Amino acid sequence: MTTLYLGPDELSRTIRRLGHEIVENNHGTEGLVLVGLLSRGYPLARRLGAAIREFEGVEIPVGALDIGLYRDDVTRRGAPPPVRPSDIPGSIDGKTIVLVDDVLFTGRSIRAALDALLDFGRPARVRLAVMVDRGHRELPIRPDFVGKNIPTALVQKVQVRLAEVDGEDGVYVYGEEATHA
Amino acid sequence: MLDVRTQAAPIGAPVPTEWTRKDLLDTDTLSADEIALILDTAEGMREVRSRPVAKVATLRGVTVVTLFYEQSTRTRASFEVAAKALGADVVNLTASGSSVEKGESLIDTVRTLEAIGADLLVMRHGKSGAPYLAARNTTAGVINGGDGTHAHPTQALLDLFTMRCHVGDLAGKKVVIVGDVLHSRVARSNLWSLLASGADVTLCGPATLVPRSLHGAAAEEGRCTVSTDFDAALEGADVVMALRMQKERQEKGLIPSLREYIAGYQLNARRLALARPGALVMHPGPMNEGIEISPEVAHGLTSVIEEQVANGVAVRMAILYLMATARHA
Repeated sequence: MTTLYLGPDELSRTIRRLGHEIVENNHGTEGLVLVGLLSRGYPLARRLGAAIREFEGVEIPVGALDIGLYRDDVTRRGAPPPVRPSDIPGSIDGKTIVLVDDVLFTGRSIRAALDALLDFGRPARVRLAVMVDRGHRELPIRPDFVGKNIPTALVQKVQVRLAEVDGEDGVYVYGEEATHA
Repeated sequence: MLDVRTQAAPIGAPVPTEWTRKDLLDTDTLSADEIALILDTAEGMREVRSRPVAKVATLRGVTVVTLFYEQSTRTRASFEVAAKALGADVVNLTASGSSVEKGESLIDTVRTLEAIGADLLVMRHGKSGAPYLAARNTTAGVINGGDGTHAHPTQALLDLFTMRCHVGDLAGKKVVIVGDVLHSRVARSNLWSLLASGADVTLCGPATLVPRSLHGAAAEEGRCTVSTDFDAALEGADVVMALRMQKERQEKGLIPSLREYIAGYQLNARRLALARPGALVMHPGPMNEGIEISPEVAHGLTSVIEEQVANGVAVRMAILYLMATARHA
């Protein structure tokens, strides 16, 4: 079973709303840097940057972060995660970093992202923005900005599809909900 | 700006190819996809090397042993730096000063190292095929760091990576390798990985030092050519790689004299002008400047010889990472 949770229009509306929340929380755009996790967090971060430019008229630096080398399951999982270059714009020392990812699930990717990010410097603060929070955290990590909360069963799959990567926009949930939930 | 689509496989998407080999002994059996996987991974490793703190902890708890029966500067140092940059522990062994001097056999040495806890074994040996024997007798992954006149896969892969950085897709590109091809493990391993990547390869040198048997390798397409006329071979070349000329070759009577060799096969400015404008100049090192390559070309504008060495660390990091994390077939 496949359920469409957000269509293309709702997705872009949600991105604009997240952009407003990020700027509001930061009291402006001063020192703000958006860092998207590869692969789908990065295009989301770029869209957030574009939305903020639209309503604030300010260009926010946008970076890409690869967490392949920082995962805690590198030598345990099946195939090793791919390793790609990160692209962090300038120094992050003293900046307010907003990590951007598509789906927040166990929290392990974000734990890895924090380790990866801190190898580039010492930001003043790190925030977390996600398009979907599906629950089931395994680590004490919580998001600061959430596009949509989607309660899920563990067996379900959540996918944020983005035109840049997948050729179309949309948030989908696959699989049956747990009946006893 | 990064283009996500040109990156390696996005997380969640099926990885096009997975590394499943226990050992890396030569490039001859690698598929184009496996080669691409190594080079794509090396792009990420190069970014790690460019950071202020160029080190990660990914291979914490992995032990890499370098076992060198032949002398080496760059390969051994490069592997050691690569392993340490990934957080692995490194033990360096050379034949002199180890039990090898007491007559311990290769198989016993390898089994001892496995018992000590070596996960990966980087091995250089003067005898062609020695790493294959080692690989059959240990569960540790064996990486060939150069065996006799046979193979030097990590050098070939770092050469390929360097070419790809400058020339892009190698399909249809012309690479000329000049010098003592017959005794060159670098040339041989380069040939296989270049052909797999779609390049056309010309092997060039005095008739006594280029094996005719390689003429027409990748035969159906005839993408490997053997030539004794360096000037003619250079026409349309995108990359020119000069090989080290070892003095012993002259003593064995394979070349009439070094002066004669220089006259016919030195890569110099006049000859480089015969290649495609901007053609890359490469050399696996160590160089004999003034013999196989002239100093002005070795340090010229299109020379990437030092870059080869720097890229060697990134490519070896990629290989160590893939091999240490592989799920064996």
